[in-house]
Amino acid sequence: MNKKTFLVRIAIIILSAGLLLIGIRDRGFQDVKNKAVRICYECIGIG
Amino acid sequence: MSASGSDNKKGRSFGRRYIQLLTAVLYNCNFRGFAEGSIYKGDIKGICVPGLNCYSCPGAIGSCPLGSLQSGLLSSQYRIPYYVAGTLLLFGIMLGRVVCGFLCPFGLIQDLLYKIPTPKIRKNRITSKLTYLKYLILVVFVIIIPLTALVPGFCKYICPAGTLQGGIPLVLKNEALRELTGFLFTWKTILLTVIIISCVICFRSFCRFLCPLGAIYSLFNRFSVFGIRVNEKTCTGCDRCIRNCRMDVKKVCDRECIQCGDCIKDCPVNAIGYGRKQA
Repeated sequence: MNKKTFLVRIAIIILSAGLLLIGIRDRGFQDVKNKAVRICYECIGIG
Repeated sequence: MSASGSDNKKGRSFGRRYIQLLTAVLYNCNFRGFAEGSIYKGDIKGICVPGLNCYSCPGAIGSCPLGSLQSGLLSSQYRIPYYVAGTLLLFGIMLGRVVCGFLCPFGLIQDLLYKIPTPKIRKNRITSKLTYLKYLILVVFVIIIPLTALVPGFCKYICPAGTLQGGIPLVLKNEALRELTGFLFTWKTILLTVIIISCVICFRSFCRFLCPLGAIYSLFNRFSVFGIRVNEKTCTGCDRCIRNCRMDVKKVCDRECIQCGDCIKDCPVNAIGYGRKQA
């Protein structure tokens, strides 16, 4: 087993879980929802 | 190729196609939105799906990770988009570009477009160089423009999924939106047409050359937990997998590999398969 790859993998999993938890606590879920429930004029080529 | 080899390929391809179709339907199962020309506004819209799927598509029940990232970056002076960054990292480290091969509706559209019988452009030195363009698009349109000009650069000026899934259905169904269309809508429609034509003659050209989401996931391909794995003890190094692959790969599971699994049937010693990759 390649130790370096294993460590990178574990580090990224821990980092992603940490960011997700911080993001959810920081109302990130709500921010994404608030943006997504309105029609994005830029996305559809109007704004 | 033997008959059983051909059957295996068809079986695997059908299996992948079913997953792609199921994913596209799952992401876009707000069918009422298509009929009414409106979008879904429920709570689960706060969840990012792994693939490129416009959240302004009338059917979308989840959010596009790339659109959410740009939106988060352009308001990052108030709040850093940890949630979207964590989601992208998690999808990347778990699956890498398996997302491109199996879980992206725009990938499915590209696969189907390539089935139209026309003369095809195969991978070559130029297509190999063009694969770096998506990293430039990622840096300029997804990161720099949202941070400096405060607009979602990729969504606004490039994203063909937004035009196809969101723009065209909404504009067709909603008269108020139709009256607002102008130069930008014309530009995005022309760009979408060019991308569609390029996908007919060149396998997954958007994926390979332009998609910034694929660029993000490609960075994780080497480290991802699940995906294609090669048994180094069995592999004879014949490179048949690389020669037959339609993506610009130099090695199975490198940054350009979308892990579609087409190489599994090409391997004469059955050294390639899916599963949890050894670190």
